[in-house]
Amino acid sequence: MHDRSSLTEESSPSLPLSAALAALSGVVVLLVLAYMLISTTSTALPVFSSQGISFITSSEWNPRQGRFGTLAFIYGTAVTSAIALLIAVPLSLGVAIFLSEYAPRWLRGPVGYAVDLLAAVPSVIYGLWGVTVLLPLFLQPAADFLARYLGFLPIFAGPPSGLSYFGAGVVLAIMVIPIITSLCREIFATVPDDERQAAYALGATRWEMIRAVVLPRGRAGVVGAVMLGLGRALGETIAVALLIGSAVSIDASILRPGYSMAALIANQFQEATGDHIRALVGVGVVLFGFTIAVNMVARLLVWRFNRP
Amino acid sequence: MKAGKQPGATNRLKSAELSRASVRLSDRSPSVASRWAAGRLEPGTSLKGCRPARRRVWRSRVNSALVVFAVVVALTPVVLILYHVTRKGLVSMSWEFLTSSMPLSFRKAGGGFLNALVGTAIMVGLAAVISVPLGIMGAVYLVEYGKGNWLAKLIRFFSDVMSGVPSVFVGLFIYTALVVHFGFGALMGAASLALIMIPIVVRSTEEMLKLVPSHLKDASYALGAAKWQTILRVVLPAAAPGITTGVMLAIARAAGETAPLILTALGSYQLTAKLWGEPISALTLAIFDGARNPFAAGQARAWAGALELLAIVLICTAVARLIAARSRLNR
Repeated sequence: MHDRSSLTEESSPSLPLSAALAALSGVVVLLVLAYMLISTTSTALPVFSSQGISFITSSEWNPRQGRFGTLAFIYGTAVTSAIALLIAVPLSLGVAIFLSEYAPRWLRGPVGYAVDLLAAVPSVIYGLWGVTVLLPLFLQPAADFLARYLGFLPIFAGPPSGLSYFGAGVVLAIMVIPIITSLCREIFATVPDDERQAAYALGATRWEMIRAVVLPRGRAGVVGAVMLGLGRALGETIAVALLIGSAVSIDASILRPGYSMAALIANQFQEATGDHIRALVGVGVVLFGFTIAVNMVARLLVWRFNRP
Repeated sequence: MKAGKQPGATNRLKSAELSRASVRLSDRSPSVASRWAAGRLEPGTSLKGCRPARRRVWRSRVNSALVVFAVVVALTPVVLILYHVTRKGLVSMSWEFLTSSMPLSFRKAGGGFLNALVGTAIMVGLAAVISVPLGIMGAVYLVEYGKGNWLAKLIRFFSDVMSGVPSVFVGLFIYTALVVHFGFGALMGAASLALIMIPIVVRSTEEMLKLVPSHLKDASYALGAAKWQTILRVVLPAAAPGITTGVMLAIARAAGETAPLILTALGSYQLTAKLWGEPISALTLAIFDGARNPFAAGQARAWAGALELLAIVLICTAVARLIAARSRLNR
C-alpha cells in the first residue's frame, strides 16, 4: 500500500518507548479476550461440573431444583438464526445486486443510506417496534395464515403464535439484512467492468451477466458475509427476548414460542441467584463458543477473498 | 472502483439479436464470459443448444423484477420504524418527559426518562474516555510499528473476532470480573460499553492511518523529527477527521446497547450520578422495561424514549458521515 517507498522510515530515530507503548495497547486486546474466557468459565465451572454433559444435552431447565439443561435454548438460537438467514440472504443479495448492477446513480445514495439506517437502529427499538407494531400488523396474521394453509406440515403446526421462533426470526432478519447487504455490495463493486461488458458483448442478458460474472466472482466473500450475519443473529439478545415468547420447550413448529440462549440470559438474570447465575454465565460461555467459531470462519473467508 | 455505467436499453436489444447467432452462454457453464474475457476461450466452443432468445430475455426481466421486489421488501421496515417511532414518540414526548425521572410503577402515566438519559450520557462518556485512547494507540501500533509482523496479524485478527463477540457475553464477562466484587454501577456499565467500542475504534482508525500519504511522513522525517513526533504531529492530525468519524459511530453503537447494561448497570428508577455502588439506568434499559410490561403508560414512555434514543443515534451517525465527507483523506 505505502511506506516501502518511504525512504527515511527505516533509519529514522525511533523512540523505543513509544513503540512499546503502542505494542502494549495491542497486547491488552489479546489479554482481555483471553481473560474474558477465563473469568466467565471459572465462574460457571461449578455448574459445568455438577451438570456434566447434560448441560448441553438435556432440555430440563429448573433452577429451583438445580437442573440446568440448555438444549432448548441452543435449539431456539439455531432455529431463529436459520429463519433469519433464510429470509435475509435472498433479500440482501437482491439489494446488493440492485445497488451494484441496476440502480441509477441518483438512486444509489438514498437506497444505500436507508440500508445503513437499518443498521444504525438500536436493537431495543427493533424489539419495541416488533412487539407493539409488527406483531399485530404482520407476525400474528402471517402465523395464522401459515398454520391454516400449511398446518399439516409439522414445522407450521398450530396453534399459531406471533411470539414464536418465527416472529423472532423475522425481526432478526430485518436486523441482519444491512450487515450482509453492505458486505456483498463492497464485494460486487470489485468486479471489473471489462468482464461485465465482455458478457454483454457475448449476448448475455443482464441477468445472465449477473449469474455468469458478478455472482461467481464474489462467492467466497458472500459466504463470509452470510457467516458474519449469522454471528450477529446468534448473539442478538433484546429483540429476540421480546419476541420469542419465552417458553422453555423444544417444538418442531416454528409457530410456537421458544427461548434462545441470549434471550434467556437477558430475561432471567435480574431474578437469578447463586447457581442459577452461574448457569446463565455457562449459557453465555456456550454461546460465546458458537459465535467465535462462526466469526473466525467468516473472517477467514472474507480475508481470503480480499487477499489475492 | 465504482460499478460503472449501466448498459442502456440498446444493449439488451442487441443481446436478443446476438443470441440468434447462437452464442452459447448456458447457465451450466457460468464462466464462459470470464474465460472469454481472459482470452482463454478456445475457438469452436459450442455455439449450439441455445435457448430461444425471447425466453432468456423474459427470464432476465422476471429476475430484475424480483431484485426490485427484494429492495422494496427490505426497505419497508426502515420506513415503518421511522414512521412509528416518530408518531408514537411525539404523542408522549413532552417537556415533562425530558426533565423528570420515572414514576415507580409502569401503570402510572407521566414522568420521564431523565434518569435514564443521564445514565446513558455518563456511561457512554466514560466508555469513550476509556476506549478512544486505547483504540487509537492499538491502531497506531498496527499501522506504524507492527507492520506485518505476527503480533500485529494476531491482534488484528482477534480485534476483528472481538467485534463479533455477542454483547451479552461482554456483559457477563464484566459481571464475573467486576460486578461480583464491586457491585452494579455506572463504571461497570461503562467498562462493558468500552469493550464493545474498542474494536470499532481500532478498525476505523487503522483504515484512516493507512490513507495518510507517505510523503507527509517523509517531509517530517526530513525535518529531523523522530518517529513518535511524526505520529503525534503529522500522522494523527492528518487522520483526525476519519478517526472522529469512527469514534462517533462507536458512540452511536454504544448508546444503543442494552444487553450488557442489564448485567452491569442493572437499571434504576432514581436519578443518580454516582459512578459505582449504586445501580444506574440507561435509555435502552428503560425502553426495554417499558416494552416488556403490558401497561399502556409504560409503553407510551418507552416510545418517547425510543424517539429520544433514535434521535441521539441518528445525529451521531449523521455527524460521522458529514465529517467523513469533508475529510481530505477520503480517497
